[in-house]
Amino acid sequence: MFRSISYFLVVVAGSLSLTVQAQDMTGLISKVKAKLDQVNDYEADGRMKTDVAFIKAPVGKVKVYYKKPNKFRLKKDGGISLLPRGGVSVNMNSIIATADFIALAAGEASVGGTKTKVVKLLPANESNDIVLTTMYIDEANLLVRKAVTTTKENGTYEIEMSYGQFSNYGLPDKVVFSFNTKDYKLPKGITLEFDDTEKELTEAEKIRNKKGRVEISYSNYVVNKGVPDSVFK
Amino acid sequence: MWTLIQIELFKIFRRPRTYIAFAAITGLIGIIQFGLKLDGDSYVEFMMRDINSSITVEGKILNGYQVCYIVLQILLVHVPLLIALVAADMISGEANMGTLRLMLTKPISRTRFLLAKFLATVAYTLLLLIWLAVMALFVNMLIFGTDDLFLMKSQYVVLLKENDIFWRYVWAFGFAALAMTTVASLGFLFSLFAENSIGPIVATMSVIIFFTILSTLNIPIFNAIKPFLFTTHMIGWKEFFDIRVNEANEAIVGSIQNPDRILRSAIVLVVHIVGFVTAAIWMFRKKDILS
Amino acid sequence: MQPIVNVTGLTKQFNNLTAVQDLSFSVYEGDVYGFLGQNGAGKSTTIRMLLSLIRPGSGKIEIFGRDLQHYRNEILTQVGAVIEKPDVYKYLSAYENLKLFARLSGIRATDTRLMEQLEQVGLAGRAKDTVKTFSQGMKQRLGIAIALVHDPKLIILDEPTNGLDPQGIADIRNLILHLSRDLKKTVIVSSHLLSEIEQVATRVLIIDKGKKIVEGSAQELFDPSQTLVALQTLNHTGAWQKLQNSKWSENLQQQRGMVILLKLDRDQIPQFHRDLVAMDIELVSLEPRHSLEDYFLQVTSGNQHVDTYTD
Repeated sequence: MFRSISYFLVVVAGSLSLTVQAQDMTGLISKVKAKLDQVNDYEADGRMKTDVAFIKAPVGKVKVYYKKPNKFRLKKDGGISLLPRGGVSVNMNSIIATADFIALAAGEASVGGTKTKVVKLLPANESNDIVLTTMYIDEANLLVRKAVTTTKENGTYEIEMSYGQFSNYGLPDKVVFSFNTKDYKLPKGITLEFDDTEKELTEAEKIRNKKGRVEISYSNYVVNKGVPDSVFK
Repeated sequence: MWTLIQIELFKIFRRPRTYIAFAAITGLIGIIQFGLKLDGDSYVEFMMRDINSSITVEGKILNGYQVCYIVLQILLVHVPLLIALVAADMISGEANMGTLRLMLTKPISRTRFLLAKFLATVAYTLLLLIWLAVMALFVNMLIFGTDDLFLMKSQYVVLLKENDIFWRYVWAFGFAALAMTTVASLGFLFSLFAENSIGPIVATMSVIIFFTILSTLNIPIFNAIKPFLFTTHMIGWKEFFDIRVNEANEAIVGSIQNPDRILRSAIVLVVHIVGFVTAAIWMFRKKDILS
Repeated sequence: MQPIVNVTGLTKQFNNLTAVQDLSFSVYEGDVYGFLGQNGAGKSTTIRMLLSLIRPGSGKIEIFGRDLQHYRNEILTQVGAVIEKPDVYKYLSAYENLKLFARLSGIRATDTRLMEQLEQVGLAGRAKDTVKTFSQGMKQRLGIAIALVHDPKLIILDEPTNGLDPQGIADIRNLILHLSRDLKKTVIVSSHLLSEIEQVATRVLIIDKGKKIVEGSAQELFDPSQTLVALQTLNHTGAWQKLQNSKWSENLQQQRGMVILLKLDRDQIPQFHRDLVAMDIELVSLEPRHSLEDYFLQVTSGNQHVDTYTD
């Protein structure tokens, strides 16, 4: 998923904008791309939080590395990470490969109190898993605030980004990845649980309705100081 | 009293039967280790088939902590048989051998005699669990290494951080010791009623199997009696591997979801142990030794 | 003299079966007390009650002048026993068994003491072997070593010769005599064989169907001049009354159904016969049994035999 988030940025900022065929949106996207192009590489610490109704996981520490044009790596010091299936399996490489989008203006909207331009990106290629991507671009600061992607196989997911110290590089402080989760339930015969879980049920119900979210807060960005290729292996 | 316990332990550990349990645990865990070491990936794949449609689990799932959990999940249901093998033989075996009458003509009160025998049984149970811990936890930590522990429960999955696991195992083994002591005290009680060990062993196992099935059956009519079955409380060790989450659904490292439930189960088990042992002493004091 | 064992009114019932009924007897210091009766007569039940293995239904047992129920542990430190088969821990060696039971008896015997004890019963050479490999006789001797290891004052041997060969039986006999004569122990020994008791006992108790039949000194009971006489009359209650009021009351032993038993000197029989006529007792038969053995065989081995009196 982290890969996808970053690829998203890469896609938005990089190759995608060069091939966008749309009317006045092309300019905006090239500007966003140009801003992101200042960053040749970076590394940062991340604090990853998984918020899915049926997942109880602690906050984990991760380290992310990026290098132009599309190298991205999320590293955990060992450990196990739980990632939404859609987020990982959406193959951004294919988007980059085809890089064949139509960008359409779709009005304006407010994201977290910030006025944004809504841009709809449609892949020209029918075989692409992505059906539609909607981007909310903060025109004044040239930052992508939010992106909603609908896929054929993995449903719809949403990425929301907030910026802080490194907004002039277009690097977010926090990325929230939202997605729909399927119901999870295993028979007690398999999990070998005997106890009555009436209390648990209500508690589970309470959180069941929530959408799944994965949140990464970044800190300690080190930008353009060089990242060795070896970390991406 | 200490002399008596020493003598009982001496007797227990001089008998070949005692080592069946240790060998069985070693063998079973060995086979599981061998299988998982060789073909662990397909096992994990099989295990994950129910969850992979929603989320992807990345990392070293099959580490020592995971293997230990798998082993405990499989074994702790069957360890009662190994406990019963010795516990249900404690009195009946001596009656069968003809040594009970000789023991009881010695200047030791029957209560002390029985308590010493029971404590020796508990010592055996604890040693068996320690052996289980060595084989299932420490050996697996060596073979498979340690990492985070990913567990699938019936309603949700739990991810425990590597440094938040070991203490849970310590407590889990402690709780398992309590559960197995309950089995031991039941077998011990039954061993009073027969002059050969087969009857009490089969009786102990029958009760445990019967109760376990009732505990497992998810039929509403049986749900009412579940809290009263000690078998329901015997798997309380699993509660140590359930973590609490805060308002933001972040797991709180070092927390337990239902500590009160563990406490309640522990109390139920202790009450059973005290009940079984008291009943055994009460009956044994009145018993005519005819063997 | 204060008896070592004093039993009064001892009764034990198992469900509907009365195993021991109103049994009273005393064992004195230095006695070899022979406990004689058929299998199932209640010997084992009585002995188990003496050892607190079985709770008496009613009655009182005092050993060393103290109540067994209240001073069980104090009493048992001074008692050694072999009960029926001498079963010990088969998976332990003779030495380990002996050491274990010595500790249970409250003594920490030294290695030499234990080996001496095994030497005494001729098992020193097999001390380290597991009992599994022992013959019945060797197990019996180990059982005795265990009974003696804590140097008890009272030794109780329940059917000690069961399953032994003639040599083994002789060994046990000599051991009992040794314990009594040389070590001045008090011994209670039970058997269903008169021949065994006859040769060692100083006092004898014969029981049948849980009841005492006769108790007395062996000298007296085994005296060839003493004869038990079985008397059958037309009116046995009347006859019992009349005899009790006569000078023969001391000779009266008991009434079993229609049979009255008396112990008489052989020379007294003609006079007794004359007195019966004088007392107007309608005599049917007067059968002298010339030895205890005869008598014992009657009351114990052949129930039918006794029953013929009651026909």
